[in-house]
Amino acid sequence: MNKTLLIFKHEFLHTIKRTGFIILTLVLPMLALLGIGIFHIVSGISKPPSELTKIGYIDEVGGFDQFTNQGNITFISFDGMEAITQALINRDIKEYFVIPPEYTSKGIITRYTLEKQLTTPPDIQTAIKDFLLNNLLAEKVPIATVKVIGSPLSLVTIRLTATGAISPEQGGLTNLIIPGIFGILLALSLIFSSTYVLQGLGEEKENRLMEILLSSVSTRELITGKVLGIGAAGLTQVVIWMISLPFLLNLASSSIKGFFSMIQIPPNLLVLGVVYFILGYLLFAMLSAGIAAVSTTVREGQGLASIFTIFAIAPFWFYSLLLAFPNSPVWVFFSIFPFSAPVLMMLRIGTTAVPTWQLAVSIAVMALSIIGGLLLVAKLLRTYILMYGKRPNLKEIMQNLRN
Amino acid sequence: MSVVEVSHINKSYADKVVVHDLSFSVAKNEIFGLIGPNGAGKTTTIRMMMDIIKPDSGQIAILGDKLCESSKNKLGYLPEERGLYRNLSVIDSIVYLASLKGMEKRSVKLKAEKLLNKTGMMASKNKKIEELSKGMSQIIQFIVTIIHDPELIVLDEPFSGLDPVNTQLLKQMILDLRSQGKAVVLSTHQMNQVEELCDRLLMINSGQAVLCGNLREIKSKHRSNSIIIDFDGELGQIPGVAGRRDHTGYVELMLDENTTPKQVLEQLVKTEITINRFEVATPSLNEIFLKVVGKKS
Repeated sequence: MNKTLLIFKHEFLHTIKRTGFIILTLVLPMLALLGIGIFHIVSGISKPPSELTKIGYIDEVGGFDQFTNQGNITFISFDGMEAITQALINRDIKEYFVIPPEYTSKGIITRYTLEKQLTTPPDIQTAIKDFLLNNLLAEKVPIATVKVIGSPLSLVTIRLTATGAISPEQGGLTNLIIPGIFGILLALSLIFSSTYVLQGLGEEKENRLMEILLSSVSTRELITGKVLGIGAAGLTQVVIWMISLPFLLNLASSSIKGFFSMIQIPPNLLVLGVVYFILGYLLFAMLSAGIAAVSTTVREGQGLASIFTIFAIAPFWFYSLLLAFPNSPVWVFFSIFPFSAPVLMMLRIGTTAVPTWQLAVSIAVMALSIIGGLLLVAKLLRTYILMYGKRPNLKEIMQNLRN
Repeated sequence: MSVVEVSHINKSYADKVVVHDLSFSVAKNEIFGLIGPNGAGKTTTIRMMMDIIKPDSGQIAILGDKLCESSKNKLGYLPEERGLYRNLSVIDSIVYLASLKGMEKRSVKLKAEKLLNKTGMMASKNKKIEELSKGMSQIIQFIVTIIHDPELIVLDEPFSGLDPVNTQLLKQMILDLRSQGKAVVLSTHQMNQVEELCDRLLMINSGQAVLCGNLREIKSKHRSNSIIIDFDGELGQIPGVAGRRDHTGYVELMLDENTTPKQVLEQLVKTEITINRFEVATPSLNEIFLKVVGKKS
């Protein structure tokens, strides 16, 4: 068997058997399942009771006597505070509220309850609001109009193309979900995969295995097999997450109705996601290999590598700014800057229509960085991979690269 | 045909010359010692032989040709700085590293079991490397070095960290390799091991060859004209003896230029002393090493 293939196979199997890898691969879908489960349980517990709820009220304005049945809630009018408080104490009613004389000018309602609550339960709030609104507007406007007034503003935005046709790629918050999740997954797998390359090479250097390996294979075979093997394991992780995503969304949609069913996947996302994973991984893996070559221990290498991997996480720190100004020149620059490009571009794709030229420049810059970096890293590896004990300083590294 | 043919190689790092105009050859069926003080350029020379680093100039032919990826399968290398995958089991480590030398998995397993049995390591077959002692993992590394039946075996400090039992085991295995027709290059600081095992040697200092040739010839060449005797009785004056040095248990007699040890022995037999031991004093390799290296530096 080809030696590169042997190293590829060894690294792939070695990586996917790592406890850390298995935990990380399974923990994300598990957490999502747990989240859905918790939502399901909590919403099940706090579901509005199916039996009728009686709520008392004192009408000091007058005229609030219709529409007393709102779903499962019935409103019962009382004449005085003493009687209504007694009814509450006797549990004849669950709670009560007072419509004061100045309600029509100030809009304030006072609610009395025996329970300690953070906020008014949404079903009760809606029922009281509908009861008041219907009574206020009764016989003044048609019932249908009352319903429209009572509903929140429902604004449907449709994005048109330059020719005026309906764009296949629509905006909106739901559009952001998949690129956001994908961005997080991409950042995680980029960081973890390149950490595995760093650990793998670092361990081989630290354990003094490098010399044995290099007496059997060439540096090129070793690095190619290792980077591709660990990369394939990283890609397997992403694929497992991607496969579980529709399943989880489906599960979530059946529990958390509405919002998740509206989620859209931008059409170019999957293709660009794979392209940016491959380019991003190669860039980070190559950098990790270079860092492993010049570091004396794995720990020292990880410290150095974190300076670069921070670019993969940094876009999330500025997510709110990114949402507000997705086309700011700062974001355009960092979505072309090779270390932050993969994750930042994913997030921008969900936020705005990224011009094709930016995508092309970003991909080209990454590809060029990989090729240029590969030449430098190969030189670093040949020079430093067998040097133990002392980490070369930047001046020495630069001098060696020039030579 | 020489298994190794090194001619006029040079290697420098920055401004430091590490190897300078070094030439030597290693034949089949011999154990070749590569000796020298720390920083003499031994490891750099071996790394150039293994094609891990390239010489600045000069030629290296392994098995008659420039080393290529396929001929790497015919080499076995035990580097001075050595290690294994700590989390991998003994058998998995052997299988992986032997597969990189072109061996099939099944034949590796069979051969590995044979060698593990021979070295008394069979019980550790499924243990993780991190569970082994330093000496035990060194034995595993030696197995990895020879499992693919290489034609050239390069051993850099193979005895460091080994107990006497394992040292003896390793020595016997090295001698077996020679009798199987292999070429063995042995780099070590332990001169007694070189004296015991090597047929020929190359001593380098500051990257240059200072001594090369057959071990017996080298020792004979550096022999001082003196004898060692252990006796009972009164020695008295012996003609041809220019000086005397007393040691615990024996006496060293320095002979003048015109006297041979044989003549002194004839004289001694005529005296009334009882001779328990008589030998021509040959310097140990260690003494030659110190003398040559000291002179050069």
